[in-house]
Amino acid sequence: MQQQAKRLLKLALNPVLVLLSLMSSGVWAATAEKAEHWRGNMTPGVTEVGHKIYDLHMLVFWICVVVGIIVFGLMFYSVFAYRKERHSEPATFHENTKLEIAWTVVPFLLLIIMAVPATKVLIEVYDTDDAAQDILITGYQWKWKYEYINPNGDNVTFFSNLRTPESEIGNEEEKGSNYLLEVDEPVVLPVNSKTRFLVTANDVLHAWWVPELAVKRDAIPGFVNEAWTKPTETGVYRGQCAELCGRNHGFMPIVVNVVEQEEYDQWLAGKLAEAAELKELMAKEFTMDELVARGKKVYERNCLACHGANGEGGVGKAIAGSPLATGSTKGHLDVIVNGVPGTAMQAFGGQLNEVDLAAVTTYQRNAFGNNMGDMLQPVDVYKFKKGQ
Amino acid sequence: MAHGPAKGFSRWLFTTNHKDIGTMYLWFSFAMFLLGGSFAMIIRAELFQPGLQIVDPAFFNQMTTMHGLVMVFGAIMPAFVGLANWMIPLMIGAPDMALPRMNNWSFWILPPTFLILASSLFMEGGAPNFGWTFYAPLSTTYAPPSVTLFIFSVHAMGISSIMGSINIIATIVNMRAPGMTYMKMPLFVWTWLITAFLLVAVMPVLAGAVTMMLMDIHFGTSFFSAAGGGDPVLFQHVFWFFGHPEVYIIILPAFGVVSEIIPVFSRKPLFGYDSMVYATASIAFLSFIVWAHHMYTVGLPLAGELFYMYATMLIAVPTAAKVFNWITTMFKGSITLETPMLFAIAKVFLFTVGGFSGLMLAIAPADFQYHDSYFVVAHFHYTMVAGAIFALSAAVYYWLPKWTGKMYNEAMGKTHFWISFIGFNLTFFPQHFAGLAGMPRRIPDYNMMFADFNMMSSIGAFIYGSSQLLFLFNIVRTITHGKPVNSDKVWEGATTLEWTVPSPAPYHTFTTPPEVK
Repeated sequence: MQQQAKRLLKLALNPVLVLLSLMSSGVWAATAEKAEHWRGNMTPGVTEVGHKIYDLHMLVFWICVVVGIIVFGLMFYSVFAYRKERHSEPATFHENTKLEIAWTVVPFLLLIIMAVPATKVLIEVYDTDDAAQDILITGYQWKWKYEYINPNGDNVTFFSNLRTPESEIGNEEEKGSNYLLEVDEPVVLPVNSKTRFLVTANDVLHAWWVPELAVKRDAIPGFVNEAWTKPTETGVYRGQCAELCGRNHGFMPIVVNVVEQEEYDQWLAGKLAEAAELKELMAKEFTMDELVARGKKVYERNCLACHGANGEGGVGKAIAGSPLATGSTKGHLDVIVNGVPGTAMQAFGGQLNEVDLAAVTTYQRNAFGNNMGDMLQPVDVYKFKKGQ
Repeated sequence: MAHGPAKGFSRWLFTTNHKDIGTMYLWFSFAMFLLGGSFAMIIRAELFQPGLQIVDPAFFNQMTTMHGLVMVFGAIMPAFVGLANWMIPLMIGAPDMALPRMNNWSFWILPPTFLILASSLFMEGGAPNFGWTFYAPLSTTYAPPSVTLFIFSVHAMGISSIMGSINIIATIVNMRAPGMTYMKMPLFVWTWLITAFLLVAVMPVLAGAVTMMLMDIHFGTSFFSAAGGGDPVLFQHVFWFFGHPEVYIIILPAFGVVSEIIPVFSRKPLFGYDSMVYATASIAFLSFIVWAHHMYTVGLPLAGELFYMYATMLIAVPTAAKVFNWITTMFKGSITLETPMLFAIAKVFLFTVGGFSGLMLAIAPADFQYHDSYFVVAHFHYTMVAGAIFALSAAVYYWLPKWTGKMYNEAMGKTHFWISFIGFNLTFFPQHFAGLAGMPRRIPDYNMMFADFNMMSSIGAFIYGSSQLLFLFNIVRTITHGKPVNSDKVWEGATTLEWTVPSPAPYHTFTTPPEVK
């Protein structure tokens, strides 16, 4: 009686069953409960290729599950049926050529079943021809630059930075639902239209990954990789950098806004007009107030994370009362344009336009208690860059 | 004739005895296992909840990097070399390793090497922070100054590994007891022979990679800098030409260990010995032609991508054959479940789970979604932790009575096993889901949609981590208070030569070679 109870207990404690049921019940309960913002499987996304990749993923997954049930079933059957107390006389067989051949050939056939669709999908993924628009994506430490290539005129260019405030990351404020997956300026794509991405990097390796678009491509300095997508549904799709790129690797998200064609055209026209306006601004003579107002915005987007809201410093040096910001304009501008090699201070010369460079330099010299009273005009920045 | 070891510290410093050196390797690797594990605890503590709580992202990157480096090069590899030192001479009936003085040196290079590597944590700029895969240019142009120490230590551990491997090859080829033909060698010896060849082939490639880095950093070359006409992708090709065989260097001796343990506790000879040997050799061969499956997203040409996909999928065939052989060995056996057997069965089970996710990762188009996500992290921990470290735990419990002459505490061993098993799965199983849901690896902070998975993972990691202290306690207690085993054979089903010498194995064994029939 007691022995039987013991055996039952042992069986009940069959670790694997316990573990698997615990895990699966836990996982599925959680899935059902929070299905709206919680997923545990690959997304099929909003592209045809994404659906095919998902189907492929599920095909291989189910083959693994079936093989797993057979193999593990046999394994645990052996462990339980052939325990010494039940089976004290072990068999002595130790080879069987036919069996060996069978379990070499069968997996091989299963592999072919997987390889055929995989090859088809791969060929499709590599077909980057006939795109309606090309976007050059450049990875920077730690932001993305997007350049819409316009063969008949100026390109539309902008940077896309993390928008989640430091206070949320530091747990001082409640986190929004798009925590770490929100940017100041998203990429905009037209729906049902093939977009080709040309992916590269400015400094270290990055990788541009948006699961719903089924695109992941490494961004490599000196190389231009190609990828493409054709989303079939409008919406906002979020992703992240997928290749370790330094301190803020976890803080350079991607947001893609897929819109109707007309809306896209409007957006692009607006961006082109902005670029034209900027050209005019280049020649304009700004007042101190205008520069400081514009500079404040530029500062908040680009400098604040490291130098602090009041120029008190942090990762970067303090700007308030710093010898640099209260020294010569040329020296100050030099650091902003060219950065400080070997430190986290990046070269902003290629990231900001002349108007913004002039504004932010002026702002830093006339804020946080710095009262230099001097200012820089866009044309001064232009000359400085030219003179290098 | 019989003489014991010298006394005191000089015994260990100057020893040329394979058992002493094996012991030192094992203790060293255990220390590194705890060090690398404590780095992992910091990682999991930070990832317990969204938001930055404990460490700065820059330090987080140092932790992921050092965790990988210490575990791969400091814990797993030296542990298997330690087993090789202890067991290969005993299993082939040799009196010692073929090159005992070199053996001493291969070990004693390691402690200073890891001291140098770990000391970089206290340098200005911090320890290496570019991932254990140290992709250029993050590890060259953008690296902290400690990268030079890192390069030096990689060179030193490479020298240690190469010397150790040459020694193992020389021992196996020359010192087998009369009558022990190659096809009579225990599988652990076979897997180590093949592993040693892999090491000799690829460690110099790793040395080449870090030397090119050194040149780029200090001597103005541009191997990996596009600005100077170099190629950052070249780094990845060179690294993974080393790196892929490296994962088999870690896993093949683990296959050897379970191939010893499963027949003993099934009381039935290993099924398909010959095919096990051939499967190991085919895996080793294939490991040289699949490296770019780590690089599916770097922009390989289509033909290259297809080649690497097919070649990678092929690895499933010999690996599956091994799993089938292990299971068929248990089939109709007479099984008892002592701690070594529990760990060995769990290793086969969980490694196969890692094999399945490996097969999924091999499918190139699907890899565009898996790549560099937590799915990959889950996959390689199933192969490295369950595949290698479970096998190492099995090996320690299996041979500890032979090493010490004393029996470990079985109840404590089983407790260690179950806590490890549950902790391990709780840590790494949810990471599959986190990865599929879109969480990239190597990030210190994440969106709330990944929060549940990460919390489970962290709790599991703390459980798994603390269970290793029980392991340590059990080993120490066995040495100090263990019950003497009073038998050469220890395990009922044991058949190999190490079970014909007394327990504990005397300082010198097989001074006259045994006759193998």
